[in-house]
Amino acid sequence: MSAVRGGTAGGSRGGRFAQFIDWVDERFPLTAMMKEHVTEYYAAKNFNAWYVFGVLALLVLILQVVTGIYLTMSYKPSAEDAFASVEYIMRDVEWGWLIRYMHSTGASAFFIVVYLHMFRALMYGSYKSPRELLWIIGMLIYVALMAQAFTGYLLPWGQMSYWGAQVIVSLFGAVPVVGDALVEWIRGDYFISDITLNRFFALHVIAVPLALMILAVVHILALHTTGSLNPDGIEIKKYKGPDGIPLDGVAFHPFHTAKDLVAIIVFAIAFCAVIFFAPEMGGYFLEHANFEPANMLKTPEHIAPVWYFTPFYAILRAVPSKGWGAFLMAMAIVFLFLLPWLDRCKVKSIRYRGWTYKVALAVFVVSFLALGFLGLKPASTGYVYAARFFGVLYFAFFLLMPWYTAREKTKPVPERVVYHGHH
Amino acid sequence: MSEEASVSRRRFLAVATSVTGAVGLAMTAAPFIASFRPSARAQALGAPVEVDVSKLEAGAMVRVQWRGQPVWILRRDPDMLARLGDHAAALRDPESKESIQPGYATNATRSIRPEVLVVIGSCTHLGCAPVEKLQPADAELGADWPGGFFCPCHGSKFDLAGRVYAGVPAPTNLAVPPYRFVGDSMIIVGEDTGAGA
Amino acid sequence: MNRSLHPGLAAVAGLLACLVLGTASAAGAGGGLHDAANNDIGNLPSLQRGAGNFVNYCMGCHSAKYVRYNQLVRDLQIPEELVVKNLMFAAVKPTETMEIAMHPEDAQRWFGLMPPDLSLIARSKGPDYLYNFLRSFYLDPSRFTGVNNLNLPGASMPHVLAELQGTQQAIFREAEVNGTVQHVFDRFEQVTPGTMTAAEYDEFVRDTVNFLDYIGEPVKQKRQSLGILVMAFLLVFLVLAWLLKREVWRDVR
Repeated sequence: MSAVRGGTAGGSRGGRFAQFIDWVDERFPLTAMMKEHVTEYYAAKNFNAWYVFGVLALLVLILQVVTGIYLTMSYKPSAEDAFASVEYIMRDVEWGWLIRYMHSTGASAFFIVVYLHMFRALMYGSYKSPRELLWIIGMLIYVALMAQAFTGYLLPWGQMSYWGAQVIVSLFGAVPVVGDALVEWIRGDYFISDITLNRFFALHVIAVPLALMILAVVHILALHTTGSLNPDGIEIKKYKGPDGIPLDGVAFHPFHTAKDLVAIIVFAIAFCAVIFFAPEMGGYFLEHANFEPANMLKTPEHIAPVWYFTPFYAILRAVPSKGWGAFLMAMAIVFLFLLPWLDRCKVKSIRYRGWTYKVALAVFVVSFLALGFLGLKPASTGYVYAARFFGVLYFAFFLLMPWYTAREKTKPVPERVVYHGHH
Repeated sequence: MSEEASVSRRRFLAVATSVTGAVGLAMTAAPFIASFRPSARAQALGAPVEVDVSKLEAGAMVRVQWRGQPVWILRRDPDMLARLGDHAAALRDPESKESIQPGYATNATRSIRPEVLVVIGSCTHLGCAPVEKLQPADAELGADWPGGFFCPCHGSKFDLAGRVYAGVPAPTNLAVPPYRFVGDSMIIVGEDTGAGA
Repeated sequence: MNRSLHPGLAAVAGLLACLVLGTASAAGAGGGLHDAANNDIGNLPSLQRGAGNFVNYCMGCHSAKYVRYNQLVRDLQIPEELVVKNLMFAAVKPTETMEIAMHPEDAQRWFGLMPPDLSLIARSKGPDYLYNFLRSFYLDPSRFTGVNNLNLPGASMPHVLAELQGTQQAIFREAEVNGTVQHVFDRFEQVTPGTMTAAEYDEFVRDTVNFLDYIGEPVKQKRQSLGILVMAFLLVFLVLAWLLKREVWRDVR
């Protein structure tokens, strides 16, 4: 490691600069923090491609914050001006179109990255003891992200913005007793209006992002307390060298940073491909109806939420009762929070778990994708029955988990991680 | 590969990757920086302004707005023009060497046509709006006042060519915006041919 | 825009266009309800003609209020004098947007609604829809405009282009749909001739739709050509980062 650091740092590192760092260190733990979280944070050397999505999520968060700040400079949060101000950004502001497409594509990219990050956790048991709190914080980030996406989608004040908000806000009406009052309280009006838009703007540009950023920091702190897991689901802290460094770990910098940089560029290629060649992504990232200004007298023929909400939307529509539909939709997310306690299996990684969990996870992923597809489709009878079928499978994954994970026939877990070098 | 070759290869790749990354970051930052420039709408609102001066009588002044600034157009009569030459000693920058005006207005009358003065009516000190004191021998400004503009904020004084007096806070003469004539009666403020016509 | 910079790309696009055109004409030209517009926003003469069509035939009632005339000067390479002389009937300065003077109350009285702004119509409806919409007006005495439209039944819009297309009748036939007997569209029959042939009219509509497609996102071509450069840069960066990663990980066993 020291050879690497000597190699990249270059010639005269001492002198003035070192003195300056010393000066800072006496007043702020700069070097100590760099060591703890970057140069001497040890993560397993057998990370595979599934382990890049945390870094990518952080990258997208930063991207959304920066592009968001620039958009607020030209966006006007009023029912009168919002739609026109988005077009103003797209046409009149120099490079405004690029910044706006980065932000709109970033929203979808955020969910793609986070869903893959969560799937990684499901595969390798990243939510299991001692990482329950890490998982809970991650789930809170996910919920905040949904709030962020929902409030943000109203802002362009297009037809889908308006009617999507109308539908989702109405869901809160399903809460017993206080439902109607709650809906009115959220809107601040008797319909989705300028007032609603204005408060969603406030939530979207400061309240929720602030929460997201704090949660992201807490998530990383929790991660660095327990240490990162790995595809073998083995705690690398168990075997340390005489220097106290885990034998199967390599420093975050330069090893994982070099790897993550490759992942970041691959991500950037996919991201830029969308921005430059398909910013609407066939109507999935930017819906066609949203290029029409909001019209409260005319509902679009077909309302579907943006793709990342459709699995839950399909569950909502599958239930022939507003109250129970909303309840089950909420439960679909609540169950995810409970995962660390529903899973009774001691083995973490899917590599050494029994066939039951592998099948269960596969069924869960298929149901989630199927529900996502069905949520995009009109609510015709066939689709509703399909949604019920996959909805049942979705919940069965959680409800039966204590039973099938307790009986799992697992394989022996190796003591040390499995890693094949490059030579 | 020898250990030495390996280290130098590693160093080369680290530098090459860092430089490429830095270039990428700079190219990403460029649109964000450029987005601060006046937008197409701002440019549209700041488009040149046409002013008909055919009805402007000698000794009279009109004000128009161009890019949020007051532009004064004064038709100077022969007396006014004659008085311009008699107080050069009292001015800070009589030949407009340090002041802002297009090349075609860097002359004794600070204008394309001697009788028509076009200046931005914003004091070069801190941006207050001077008031016109066009008539000579003003009660407030003294018997030797040749006519001009007076800034009530901090007492800066300018003559009828917008030239600043010495001993007042304003550092330079009133700025002359780009402008051009179309025929005899029309002035376009905010647009010129570079030559002055 | 530097279209000339990417001859290879143009060739590929041209090839694709040929393929698409080929399949479209195989499906039967003209008169259909769901034909492909096959417009090309890289075709400047078509866009220039479309701009003229839009100003002369659409802007009586429809605005394009997010589009500035001087953008047409730049993108469509129409000299400013020509834009001022031939396109700017409703504006004074080329920096103005393509607004119209129709009063919403008047519009309400004449059409029952305000004709929508068309800046983004191609992004919300798609060029194919617009192409078919403008070709599927048919005589219907029950409508106050005297015409109806098969792609937007009950449309409030009169057939503004009737002098060009002439008038046509929709012939329906009976067919079974989901166990019920329905009248479904069979074909159009020309009633009175217009000043254009059917092929000329299709071309006229294609140009107009092309222009609408362009104003939906004027930056589209620049976006795509910039995208190629960005991709090329990222690929170089990827190779370097990949080599560095391999080098850094070489000694990890």
